[in-house]
Amino acid sequence: MALLSIRNLEVYFPLPDGTVHVLDSIDLDLEDEEKLALIGETGSGKTVLGRAIVRLLPPGAHIHGEILYNKRNLLDLAPAEMRQIRGREIAIILQNPASSMNPVLTVGNQIKEAVQVRWGLTGRPAYRQVINLLERVGLPLRAAVGYPHQLSGGMRQRALVALGLALHPRLLIADEPTKGLDSPLRAQIVRLLKDVLEDGMSLFLITHDLPAARELAETVAVMYAGQIVEYGRADRIFAQPRHPYTLGLLASHPSRGLKAIPGIAPSLTNLPVGCRFHPRCADAREICRYKAPPFLEITKGHKVRCHHCSR
Amino acid sequence: MLNYVARRLLLLVFILFGVALITFLLMHVVPGDHAQLVATYRYGFDDFSTDELKAVQEDIGADQPLHRQFILWLNHVLRGDLGYSFISGRPVTAEILARVPATLELATFSFLITVLIAFPLGIVSARRPYSWLDNIAMVSSLIGVAIPNFWLGLLLILVFSLTLGLLPVAGSGDLAHLILPSITLGSGMAAVSTRLIRASLLDVLEQDYIATARSKGLGEGVVFRRHALRNALIPVVTVLGLQLNHLIGGTVIIETVFARPGVGKLIVDAIQARDMPVLQGCVLFLALTFSMINLLVDISYAFLDPRIRYGGGQR
Repeated sequence: MALLSIRNLEVYFPLPDGTVHVLDSIDLDLEDEEKLALIGETGSGKTVLGRAIVRLLPPGAHIHGEILYNKRNLLDLAPAEMRQIRGREIAIILQNPASSMNPVLTVGNQIKEAVQVRWGLTGRPAYRQVINLLERVGLPLRAAVGYPHQLSGGMRQRALVALGLALHPRLLIADEPTKGLDSPLRAQIVRLLKDVLEDGMSLFLITHDLPAARELAETVAVMYAGQIVEYGRADRIFAQPRHPYTLGLLASHPSRGLKAIPGIAPSLTNLPVGCRFHPRCADAREICRYKAPPFLEITKGHKVRCHHCSR
Repeated sequence: MLNYVARRLLLLVFILFGVALITFLLMHVVPGDHAQLVATYRYGFDDFSTDELKAVQEDIGADQPLHRQFILWLNHVLRGDLGYSFISGRPVTAEILARVPATLELATFSFLITVLIAFPLGIVSARRPYSWLDNIAMVSSLIGVAIPNFWLGLLLILVFSLTLGLLPVAGSGDLAHLILPSITLGSGMAAVSTRLIRASLLDVLEQDYIATARSKGLGEGVVFRRHALRNALIPVVTVLGLQLNHLIGGTVIIETVFARPGVGKLIVDAIQARDMPVLQGCVLFLALTFSMINLLVDISYAFLDPRIRYGGGQR
């Protein structure tokens, strides 16, 4: 049994001008110590999936299905039980380090708080732990007494990683940890995460930074318009992508020629009938226009949601 | 932090100078010759000779050019001498100081009522939005905002003093005299503040850093107290400061309705009697109070928000 099994997960927001279907029929497994990357365009629902796992969705979100963690459905837990899971078992590094730290508390105190709640340390031992963590992510000690607005973007990102480390969870969800960083900083964060994961944590990496995904992940899930369209071992997906969207996504990367996928991603309030990718797909056939393709395993451990890739 | 306070204090000196200048000029643009007015009060209406008027002019320095008059007046003000009341003949400073306790009492009590109502109600509403308690709080605060306070004052007198006979109608002295005016003045402010506290908290609770705090496994109580409340207080303090100023203005009406011998009542009486030195003194006194309150608000910002305390920096 996998550490985390998501079964038929659906998340939607009923809004006055139509329901926004953010996630639909998500099935995903994550083994203990597995490193998975969830890739896809902005707006495909990656962040919502990450936050749904720790049940930190904005109010008004409707969520159905199962998120099994160690055989317990997280969606059935009482708030107090969920708090035991958060931090201890599953920690999340939110995206946007600028807004994800409390502006009125020092960085050191925010990390110390995590140390306190997770390990029960207070006073000197807690401070020592904070100092260790800052050293580990390569932040100067003076960062501890500073406020988030006094740090640069890269420093804030590292402070957030330190926060995740402080919790030392079994599963770390990292939402766009390399977003908005220049390449030396990006490389630094990737190296840092890699280093951290040596301790045997599982990783759920949400990113559209393909090189980072490649470097960190063993498995890759590709998301398009609220659905997972391809899933498999990272080396296979990067070498031989099967879904036309994955193909397009990989080809759009600068190192592979910067070829854009024609058209734009569909609005989540008004999804196309049939295959959600068919309006942009060069290989679309008649069946793609009316029938939603199933998510099928084409070879062992490689699943694709496409009518003509499954054969 | 100290640096910040010092900077604000330095700024206050300039503000007060401006206030003094405006107050001084105000007295010179009101219709009527100042010296003539003084002479009228000294000798009676039209009951003085040209020589006597000249003597008065020299006496109060009205024969000097305007800027010299200002320096002369400022010199007196700085020594606490605001001139003498036309009516009572007593020093204006003494007149004001005698009235300050009653106003201070009223303002403090009203503010206390505001805080005691607004904070618990705003917090409860924000923690359970759209619950029945929130709905009751929001409807009553809407009513509170809508009712003009002089009308509420009269209504309260009618019910609690005249009909039920529980509390005194007017005047000042013991605590019983304070209850009705404080409620009258405090309730409207409490209504506005409750709504603001609720809105501010609800806004803060949706921020990313609250999700971060929750992701650490912190309980809702800790998230609320340590992470939400302080951030939500920043806009609340601004408005509370503004309201405190508003409240001091409000004492003018409430002190008249309840016949309380405070600064507000003194202003109204001075206006009616054209007692210029007293009016001038009161305006200066209120301006000073407003400036001090604004200073306190600015200092509490810096206390609450490190982004202000350390100025500039990266955002």
